[in-house]
Amino acid sequence: MIWPVLYAIWAVTFAAVGGSWISRRARLAEALNLVAATVDFVLVCVLLAATPAQGATAWHGYLLLDGFGVWVMFCLAIVYLLASIYAIGYMRWMHGEQARLHRFYALFAAFALTMFLAPAQNNPGLYWIAIDLTTIVSAFLVGFQRAPESIEAAWKYIVIVSAGLGLALLGTVLFYWAGTFVLGPVYDMTWTSFGTITPKAEPVLLLLSFLLVLVGYGTKVGLAPMHTWLPDAHSEGPAPVSAMLSGALLNCAMLGIVRYLVVLRNTSIEATASTALVVLGAFSLLVAALFITRQVIVKRLAAYSSVEHMGVIALGFGFGGPLGVIGALYHMLNHSLTKSLVFFGAGNMMHAFESKDMGRIRRVLRFFPRSGAIWLAGAVAITGAPPFGLFLSELTILRGGMASSNTWAVWWMGALLIVIFIGFLSKFRGMFFGPRPEHAPQLRLRAVHVLPMALALAAILLLGLWWLPPVWQHLAGIAAQLGGV
Amino acid sequence: MLIFHLDPVAQALFSLLVIVALILSFVMLGSHWIRNHIAAFAAESWVIAALSAAVGVYGHYPELVFIAALTALFRGTLLPYLLLRIVQDLKQNREFTPLLQPSSSMVLGATLVVLSYALAHRLGVRMRLADSIAVLALTAMFALKLIGFLMLVLRAEAVSSILGLLVIENGIFLGSQILVPGMPLLLEMVILFDLLIIVSTFGMLIHFLHKEVGTTSSRELTRLVG
Repeated sequence: MIWPVLYAIWAVTFAAVGGSWISRRARLAEALNLVAATVDFVLVCVLLAATPAQGATAWHGYLLLDGFGVWVMFCLAIVYLLASIYAIGYMRWMHGEQARLHRFYALFAAFALTMFLAPAQNNPGLYWIAIDLTTIVSAFLVGFQRAPESIEAAWKYIVIVSAGLGLALLGTVLFYWAGTFVLGPVYDMTWTSFGTITPKAEPVLLLLSFLLVLVGYGTKVGLAPMHTWLPDAHSEGPAPVSAMLSGALLNCAMLGIVRYLVVLRNTSIEATASTALVVLGAFSLLVAALFITRQVIVKRLAAYSSVEHMGVIALGFGFGGPLGVIGALYHMLNHSLTKSLVFFGAGNMMHAFESKDMGRIRRVLRFFPRSGAIWLAGAVAITGAPPFGLFLSELTILRGGMASSNTWAVWWMGALLIVIFIGFLSKFRGMFFGPRPEHAPQLRLRAVHVLPMALALAAILLLGLWWLPPVWQHLAGIAAQLGGV
Repeated sequence: MLIFHLDPVAQALFSLLVIVALILSFVMLGSHWIRNHIAAFAAESWVIAALSAAVGVYGHYPELVFIAALTALFRGTLLPYLLLRIVQDLKQNREFTPLLQPSSSMVLGATLVVLSYALAHRLGVRMRLADSIAVLALTAMFALKLIGFLMLVLRAEAVSSILGLLVIENGIFLGSQILVPGMPLLLEMVILFDLLIIVSTFGMLIHFLHKEVGTTSSRELTRLVG
């Protein structure tokens, strides 16, 4: 019964795309998008409960539903729902774009649709294509406002990511080639068949393919030093798009890296492959720390924080072991929720103070006591401070690291997380205190601008105070399936 | 497997086509006129189509002949046509701010080919394939990849960036025809359509760049830093 649910998710999202595009009415598109996001969220919850941990395939092995894929979809569905609520408020502020707004919603739903497609692909080649489609659709969303900065960001995004994905495609082809020496010239390209060839195929070729795939999808994940598109795209798109890029898209690309890591388990190059991922994650943390402490633009600050958190997730999967993998999976969920909150708050304040420069945003709590407080709590949460979810998941990853062969990265991660904590919150101190702004903001926030932030805050607080035993067991099941045990 | 039992004529034909494709990428490196790049790209795509057809005939993969027709149609005709239209719209027909002279970039390209050969040869020795056509295919794959990246680095025009990416794709496609001719048909078809979508997307973004930013040179896209 899980397959009809998956098809329903695609169909509902597709209906929102078509309906928004054809109707040409912004209000209707808004509603369609919100309905689709709500239905998707409910359906993904059904999938979460009903999908067997070891996975199931359909359509002659082209589609795969497993615990990990559904977990990524779950994070995506949450962000899509929150961003759809927030978009209703945020996009109405754009007075110049009202005539094109239906197209925004069509693209927004199409972006969600491509991301719902990717985790369910059982064929690594089709997964590559799904990731490529997410790039194309989201480039238009980044450039939606047609300001010179947005177009520049969209252009850099699509060129850099396409070049990266070219490497991933080469890696995929070479991986398939490595298998032809084991299974013969023609065989089905699936994650399972890749898993069966790896013990017998040539290790050097496998390692080369894996490194190409790692750099390729790593570009899309935003791992340094391939992260250069990320701050531009995240900061210049509309705030709901930033949340979707950061909270949903990066996870979808991380899924590919992890799937390749999983097919390499129990081979002679497993340790090297994991270490490569750890090194990229550790370097991402360093780059993020350096740029966060020097940042002046509010959404770029949040974007570099995404580089940081993708680095943390990469470290978790690279450490491996039950704790590393469970921590990384939990981190995905916590990061999706928290980063959405931070981007929504940043969108509100950028609009209220009419500047994206943090030097112009001052005394937020005085003018916006409620939403400012939620935003501040989100900032504390995103730096990994207790009592929020990210603290628990980071701690779990650190514990996983202590048990791994890369213990140096634990100290590295701990030190840089402290640097980021200080750097990130000192920027927020500037925005919440400091001198009074020359012009008091006149904007009045409505419920739609604050509600998604409040929902996300409630969730991360709950996830931080109480790691529900069923959630732990669910993640442990996925980790066992991914070979973490 | 195809690479192990090829008759000498087929081996010679495949090698010839691969080398012609490699040389055509040097035509692109050696000129700053964008029309020449597009013509060389189109020719390279036709060579790859011929290679697909040859592999299909000699290796008994009838579906590759179909792929060859699609390659000639999409990569060889439609994509160059789209690119030419973009260039005509922009009235930007040459590269004005290349980092290197054509001669220097060709020397650099040759170095990259040697590097690719060294890598492919090492890999071939490890896999006991050193005297098969696989080494040549791998060399072409890596070399076109690196030359594509070189073009992305040296050239500033937006159209040149697209061409650089397309050369990277061509390299992968070229190598995969020889190494993995049995790769699922569906995948190759989808990748062809995917390319078409990508190039149309690039075309629209270039249009916006031209209209909203006022430049299509990546050297002038310097608003977003830090």
